[in-house]
Parts: sequence; structure tokens; C-alpha cells
Amino acid sequence: MKTETLHIESKTERLIAVRDFVSAAAREFGFGDEEISKIALAVDEACTNVIKHAYKFEPDKTLTVTVQRGNGTFEVSIRDTGKRFDPSGFQPPDMKEYLSHFRRGGLGVYLMKSLMDKVEYNFEPGKPNEVRLIKYLTP
Amino acid sequence: MSEFKIGVRETEGIHVLELKGYLDAHTAPKLEEAFTNLLTSNRYRIVVNCKDLSYISSAGLGVFMAYIEDVRKNQGDIKLSNMSPKVYNVFDLLGFPLLYEIFKEEREALRKFVDKTK
Repeated sequence: MKTETLHIESKTERLIAVRDFVSAAAREFGFGDEEISKIALAVDEACTNVIKHAYKFEPDKTLTVTVQRGNGTFEVSIRDTGKRFDPSGFQPPDMKEYLSHFRRGGLGVYLMKSLMDKVEYNFEPGKPNEVRLIKYLTP
Repeated sequence: MSEFKIGVRETEGIHVLELKGYLDAHTAPKLEEAFTNLLTSNRYRIVVNCKDLSYISSAGLGVFMAYIEDVRKNQGDIKLSNMSPKVYNVFDLLGFPLLYEIFKEEREALRKFVDKTK
């Protein structure tokens, strides 16, 4: 199991560094271009949610992005110490209905779930909030 | 270094936005500004050429959603063209082709506007 960690400030201008970080790790693990793009986008969406909703754009906060890979499993964990985002009430939107009402926003979680094999949230008292994005490497 | 750029040009009364680079939560406000500028000067016939757009996240898609209603209320449209398969996949995943006309080439999008006014 190989683990790498990136700490970034809670600024949207740092999203590009996160995408580069996870893309390089995914490529090294053996994913092709299409899967790498999916992972980078899902991680971007997760980090954007943290910056926007958990930290409310406070730039002095930190996100910790950890990639763990091994045994065919690629897992990205994003941790923050901001306001909890509770996804339990999340219902995937009916996109036809969503688009016909010209709605906006709230698409990040939908994308994350569509792009990854598994999305898990961990909220434990006294610990950072965590979202884990998992993709399996199929031979 | 700038990770996202927008070029604006006009052809036959239609405004073309050329997007270049990475459209994410950081750069989306630049696109909002470009749309706001067009709409405040009553320009409602818009083609967005995505030839050099390397990346889009939901923050970028949200910008298109923010302006389409206003544009169509004013008998205009936002049409898209020249998307790479990678960018198209994100639009497609969210069902955007149901709401937006997406053309292979910019000239087809322009022609659609021109044909409509004949």
C-alpha cells in the first residue's frame, strides 16, 4: 500500500494542484486517461464543496488530500475541520427535471457518485470530516 | 500564468466566446463576467466555442445554467461547439445535451442562428 499526502490552503486557485496530484498518482497506479479524468474531476468536486460549504471560502483553512493505493484499489481521502456536510439527505437529482427548471448548483455530489465506484463520508466527534472517493483498477 | 482565457468576437450579429484552458470553481467567475457583459449590452445570440477548453467541472456547468433562462426569454440562445470528447462527457453525464444544442463545428452553430432569422 502506497500513501501520499498533499496539504492545501482552502482556496479555489489550489484546485489545479489537487487535480495534478491525484492525476499523477492515478497514472502511476495504472489508470488510463479516461479514468484519470474521472478521478481528477471527482476530487475537484469534493474539494470545491469543502472550500465552499465547509470552510465558506475562508482561505486560512487547510484541506488534507491523501491518496492510498494498493491491491487494485485507489482511494482518495479529503479531510477538513470545517462545517459538516451531511450527505444523508442527498437524493440524486432527476436531471431532466433539474434542467427544465434551470436549476443551478448541487451537481458536485451527483458527479462524484457517478464518476467513482464508491463515495463514503466519515463524521466522528473530535476528528476531521472526511470524504473518501474510491475507484477500482480492473485488469 | 493564466489557466483560463476567454476570447470574444462577433460575426453576423452573433457573439462567439472562445474558451481556453481549465474551467473550474476558481475560473468560473471569469465566464460569468463574460456572459454578464454580453447580456447587459443586450447580446443574446451566443456561441461558446470549446475547442481549447481542456477541463470543466460543475462550477463551470453552473455558469451556463445561470444565464440560459434569461437569454432564451430574450429570444436568444447559448449554443456550444467544438467540444473535446473529455469535456463533452461531463456535459453528457449531467444530461446537458437535453437543454443545450451542441455542434461539432462553430459554423454549424452560427448557421442555426442565421437560418432561424431568415
